[in-house]
Amino acid sequence: MSEMNGAIATSEPTSSQVKGEVEPGFNFAYLDEQTKRSIRRSLLKAVAIPGHQIPFSSREMPMSYGWGTGGIQVTASVIGADDTLKVIDQGADDTTNAVNIRRFFRKVCGVATTEATEAATIIQTRHRIPETPLQEGQIFVYQVPIPEPLRWLEPSEAETRKMHALEDYGSMYVKLYEDITQHGHIATAYDYPVMVRDRYMMAPSPIPRFDNPKMHLNPALQLFGAGREKRIYAIPPYTSVKSLDFEDYPFEVESWEKACEFCGATDSYLDEVLINDKGDRLWICSDTDYCQQRQAAAGVTAQLPGGEA
Amino acid sequence: MIGNGKLSPLLSIRDLTKTYGELRACDRISFDLYPGQVLGIVGESGSGKSTLLNAIAGQVSLQSGNIAYTNRAGENLELTHLAEPKRRWLMRTEWGFVRQNPRDGLRMNVSAGGNIGERLMDVGVRHYGTIRSEALDWLQEVEIAGDRVDDLPSTFSGGMQQRLQLARILVTKPRLILMDEPTGGLDVSVQAKLLDLLRSLARNLHLSIILVTHDIGVVRLLAHRLLVMRHGQVVESGLTDRVLDDPQHPYTQQLVSATLIP
Repeated sequence: MSEMNGAIATSEPTSSQVKGEVEPGFNFAYLDEQTKRSIRRSLLKAVAIPGHQIPFSSREMPMSYGWGTGGIQVTASVIGADDTLKVIDQGADDTTNAVNIRRFFRKVCGVATTEATEAATIIQTRHRIPETPLQEGQIFVYQVPIPEPLRWLEPSEAETRKMHALEDYGSMYVKLYEDITQHGHIATAYDYPVMVRDRYMMAPSPIPRFDNPKMHLNPALQLFGAGREKRIYAIPPYTSVKSLDFEDYPFEVESWEKACEFCGATDSYLDEVLINDKGDRLWICSDTDYCQQRQAAAGVTAQLPGGEA
Repeated sequence: MIGNGKLSPLLSIRDLTKTYGELRACDRISFDLYPGQVLGIVGESGSGKSTLLNAIAGQVSLQSGNIAYTNRAGENLELTHLAEPKRRWLMRTEWGFVRQNPRDGLRMNVSAGGNIGERLMDVGVRHYGTIRSEALDWLQEVEIAGDRVDDLPSTFSGGMQQRLQLARILVTKPRLILMDEPTGGLDVSVQAKLLDLLRSLARNLHLSIILVTHDIGVVRLLAHRLLVMRHGQVVESGLTDRVLDDPQHPYTQQLVSATLIP
């Protein structure tokens, strides 16, 4: 535990595929077999009813809530010895959360890990969907903080369940109405509510709305785990996912007038980065794997302006 | 209106009973409400007025009794057996509930326009421009300036909040409105203005209203007919002027003579 929190991104081997050493004393994938079985039962229900939240018996994990306990339990339940795992946090493979979760699974499963999207069989994510399209057979696991999209307008769980059961979603549009009234456009930038298979309203976890269209008819299996709220839901492959909008204010994704400083991409989600105390800033891809692949293809390496990297 | 053989009642209540343990909050209450009629229910605190209103709105479960409603399409619906989706739909399209405290009837963290638009969005309107222009129309209808459309209800005065509650309901053109002490907590001049507005809206929009209050002045001004309740029972009913000018039951006599006349 203390070792995990103390991990530094640079201490990790940088080769694209690493096979782990299994730590003795743990069951495969940390959770006991009964727990994994019960989570898999919930996952099957979730896949059978796309977008519907299924309760599950969330366990205490060796990390605090908010660090991806839901996602880790889902990953632990579906992972096998021959899987290859990729973990991203805000699109990056080299941030603390991503590095630690990847190392955790190497320790308790001995599975191979990777940073390449196309090489992974399971991808656990926080805040992003990779720019590289997902493929059939891949499992994409989201870490979800608040699974209930209706919570902001209805504090009672009994009532929100009833609203889902009756498909009573009209009041959700009040939020969009307020956005347009205050900002002139729909300003909800992340966790933008969607309708799954024209039936259940779903919170897509805090991914930017830029990524919402990627969920639509995606060939990969998408699983969502919320550890603190004890809920699991799923989008099976090739399921329709529609973002809410008004007829006269259609759904739009963010766009930038800049290109990525490192790889020159204009079609990816860009992060704005402050580079010094004078307030200079630059825009770079939030998906590090995508950015590096593009740089490698173009034969360049990342270099901050003024050599301050 | 009553006694006209051609009219059938909009709402017909038979032997409605609600108990809380030993306490009979509503004891075998029956009445009919006709289209365009305003029915006042008066009585002291704890007499079961509000329970009766909540029971009609389906917000408390009943021990026994029937509530029959004839909807716009002419179908006769038995509300005690109506499926939940249909009941919700009815509440949003043909019914409305005005609360004593606007905090219970409004979304305080949503702008006035959003409050009015909510029922439209509930029934499937998905065009922002339409919702907004309807909201502005109804604000005007309840005499709130159009430039307050983006303000939060918490910045409104008590009287404005009550009128906003009305606009929020009227936007789907309901036929029946339930009101629980709509003028409670307002000062007399604001009360008079609200009552005036209510009376003209009821007449112009042909609304049927069930009005619960303890204020005899309010029912004298608005109600066509009157029920007097005490200990969960209806002790007297009839035309408002008849009941108030010539009360038969001792309790009604007491109630009428207790009214302050300035």
